[in-house]
Amino acid sequence: MILIQRPADITPSEITSEGLFRQRRNLIMASAGLLLGGGIAPATGVAAVSDFPGLKPGPFATDEEKTSFQAVTSYNNFYEFSTDKRQPAKLAKAFKSRPWTIAFGGEIAKQQRFDVDELIKKFPPQERIYRLRCVEAWSMVIPWVGIPLHRVLKALNPSSKAQYVRFETLLDPKQFPGQRGSLFGSSLDWPYVEGLRIDEAMHPLTLLAVGLYGRFMPNQNGAPIRLVVPWKYGFKSIKSIVKIDLVDKQPLNTWNRQAPREYGFYANVNPAVDHPRWSQARERRIGEWSKRPTLPFNGYAEQVAGLYQNLDLRTNF
Amino acid sequence: MENPAADLFLHAPTRQRRKLRWPPPAAVQVRWVTRSKPWLFLFCLTPLLLTLWDVYSHQLAADPIKDLTLRSGRWGLRLLWATLAITPLCYITKLRSLVRVRRMLGLFAWFYACLHLGIYLVLDQGLAWQFIGADISKRPYIVVGATTFTILSSLALTSTQGWVRRLGGKNWQRLHRLVYVAGITTSLHFFWLVKSDITRPMVYTLVLASLFLARILHHNARRQR
Repeated sequence: MILIQRPADITPSEITSEGLFRQRRNLIMASAGLLLGGGIAPATGVAAVSDFPGLKPGPFATDEEKTSFQAVTSYNNFYEFSTDKRQPAKLAKAFKSRPWTIAFGGEIAKQQRFDVDELIKKFPPQERIYRLRCVEAWSMVIPWVGIPLHRVLKALNPSSKAQYVRFETLLDPKQFPGQRGSLFGSSLDWPYVEGLRIDEAMHPLTLLAVGLYGRFMPNQNGAPIRLVVPWKYGFKSIKSIVKIDLVDKQPLNTWNRQAPREYGFYANVNPAVDHPRWSQARERRIGEWSKRPTLPFNGYAEQVAGLYQNLDLRTNF
Repeated sequence: MENPAADLFLHAPTRQRRKLRWPPPAAVQVRWVTRSKPWLFLFCLTPLLLTLWDVYSHQLAADPIKDLTLRSGRWGLRLLWATLAITPLCYITKLRSLVRVRRMLGLFAWFYACLHLGIYLVLDQGLAWQFIGADISKRPYIVVGATTFTILSSLALTSTQGWVRRLGGKNWQRLHRLVYVAGITTSLHFFWLVKSDITRPMVYTLVLASLFLARILHHNARRQR
């Protein structure tokens, strides 16, 4: 299979050292900023605030240039607010992301509800600098703050019947104008639903992200807690999660239901399989003018290609 | 000396009665249209000027190329609709000279279509012809987009008086009826590129349909007379 042959362009050792280097440099810049009265912001253009004291960098970090905080928080596909990418930043200002409870259910030892801050305390998050590739052929590099999902799932003691994980976004048309619909129907069926196979959910790359750039998750990026699956198209990374169920059947995810010809269940980043309406061979990194080639599994083939050895990725797109 | 315009108001020699007459005489209409043309020109240019300002002051969206593509496309579409609205507007207002702004609106629609296509070819695709070729052959919305552009270009190129003479009025008119096809293909282009929420293409298509309907109703009414 062509998809698996391509080696990662960066070796893991390089990633870590570079990531650490950047961390340290940011720390130095930040402390310098503090000394000088907070006048200097780090190279990323973000003030050195942290909502996660003692946040440590986790594995898999890319050393690619991070997309600016400004771009990450002003260009969002968040249809619960609007189908226009600039609107969520404006419409999400009043969104109430705390207090926030996530209900865990399905094939687990005991049905449980967690407050998001409780979850953060129980499972200390890490910083994970990942590439994000949208199905619309643009991409970003985002320093997420997230809890590896497998830690949470393991603590729930899933039974052997738990073959898939089903995620659900908050349904609240009062807060989400996009859920109210228009004369010509709604943009999607609400609430938004996503799913992962259990081995995908248990993969060390998969995160329950609770922040980015060292801050609590901005409302427009899916506050307070969202999924991040960096080798899949962005729409898999469901936002503002209220419900996580371990189930025995493959969940019908929202976009797959909306347009099954265009969006599948797997949605692995794959330059060889085009979206019916656009090519997936290249992508535009936000902040750059020319397009760059898209990598199989968004550059995470080394980590995840093994999960799909017996799967035809052309039909299971 | 006698005012040459005076005989245009044969039945309305006084100022008061002149106001009551509608439609105003052709010469007056022409004067209005001629005077408003520079303003209309400026108006049609505003989206471009505002966009240039946004480029200069870094106010484009985080994906500026996409933003530029969408803006130029939206204005091309709106101006094409405006062009198609002129004839129904003539019927409704009875101001037949309004038709004199139609060419300018049509040319501006084409102008924004050129920008739209240019942004797609140069900025978006980076003139990578193998990808552009694949796009054109595989993607229906690109195909209808290219069709629209071809139609608009042929209409723009033959929009001069010289071409009306060369083709002859009847043929010229036949050719320029392709603008209706362009309206339909533009609508399709819009529908097919939207991911899920069809509200906007729906609204624009309904407007287009009502413009077509106005023409049909007018022609039927005239035939019955």
